[in-house]
Amino acid sequence: MKLSYFPGCTLKNHAKNFEDSALCSLKNLDVEVEEIRRWNCCGTVYSLATDDLIHHVAPVRNLIRAKEAGSDKLMTLCAMCYNTLKRSNERVRSNPEDLDIINDFMYREDIDYKGDVDVVHLLEILKNEIKFENIAKKSVKSLKGLKVASYYGCYLVRPQEIGFDDVENPMIMDELMTALGAEAIDFPYKVECCGAYQTVDKPEIIADRTNQILSSSLKQGAEVVTVSCPLCAFNLDQRQKETQQKFPEFKNIPILYFSQLLAIALGCPQDSLRLDLHYIDPKPILKEKGLI
Amino acid sequence: MRTNISRHKIRSPFVAKVEELSGQNLLACYQCGKCSAGCPAVSQMDILPNQIIRFAQLGLKEELLKSNSIWICASCLTCNVRCPKGINIAEVIEAVRQILLRKREDHVKVEELSDSERGDVPPIALISNFRKFTS
Repeated sequence: MKLSYFPGCTLKNHAKNFEDSALCSLKNLDVEVEEIRRWNCCGTVYSLATDDLIHHVAPVRNLIRAKEAGSDKLMTLCAMCYNTLKRSNERVRSNPEDLDIINDFMYREDIDYKGDVDVVHLLEILKNEIKFENIAKKSVKSLKGLKVASYYGCYLVRPQEIGFDDVENPMIMDELMTALGAEAIDFPYKVECCGAYQTVDKPEIIADRTNQILSSSLKQGAEVVTVSCPLCAFNLDQRQKETQQKFPEFKNIPILYFSQLLAIALGCPQDSLRLDLHYIDPKPILKEKGLI
Repeated sequence: MRTNISRHKIRSPFVAKVEELSGQNLLACYQCGKCSAGCPAVSQMDILPNQIIRFAQLGLKEELLKSNSIWICASCLTCNVRCPKGINIAEVIEAVRQILLRKREDHVKVEELSDSERGDVPPIALISNFRKFTS
């Protein structure tokens, strides 16, 4: 299988642990991944105003890049890229007049976009195409004994039209963790917003949410929390510093991308996990479980 | 809070603009309050999400434009997926934000952010923050 891949802005720096672990996992699953050439920022958020066509240009331009690579499918890792690209795609597919305007605006592109590229998330590839049972067969190290709470946040599952999983009780990451041998921990804050971009000018809001979300996961017995969004990862991991300052009784918990646990199970080398990029060090718990 | 309601306000261009930018029929809301019940941000808001819809129905422009709620909402869309009337509340809040931003009334002043506010966060945080809070 060969896939076109859109990394987005943060996968090349703060979330290099997400990218490296995901790419190593896919390699070990015999999937060939090709990063699309000349990709640009997706805009990170889907424009909610009805008349705001200009902000759909960036996502649609990336879909043209996929088409130029001869692909009719574009894979993302970041939940926000996934949401933005997929929703803009759906918008122009269901509004041909909008698509004409956007294509006219991008008249210097060699080809017009025709709505014929599907946006898919890595988790969908793993579940629907490779299938979790096959991943389990290829796994060389079981995550047995590790208690993992999966945090989905907002943009992986909402709105319903994204059609990714149940909006109130998504299970796809839990199912993956179970397939890898881990114990999936259910907790009531798995789709509660982490505060997202408020982290820039109102970090105190993030401290409140991080406290609520992570304390709830700890109460259910979680040892690590997995995520699929670099902004959630930043807020839940790096902002534990501010959370600790605001709530002295708060207890730390490591945050990992689901792809890092997948990479461990698939026997990827430790340097692909980039465990140096974490604020709360996941190494002690991973060592304790014999995973690194 | 004392509020004056008038036919003039209810039929004002402001209400029409909110409906146009959001693509929502404000009068579909019957004030069940489910959006506010599930909103993770209400503890920091001065006007709750269901009240935002009610204020918009009544054309209470000044009250909405000066509320902090429109800047506390992070468009997590929990309200949208739960509304029994299918109203996209987050889009209504976006419309109110847009009315201010399109007059260059930015909520975040990029040049006033400190080095650590700008430098410590990942690009995804800065881009989304500026997309939502600046014109």
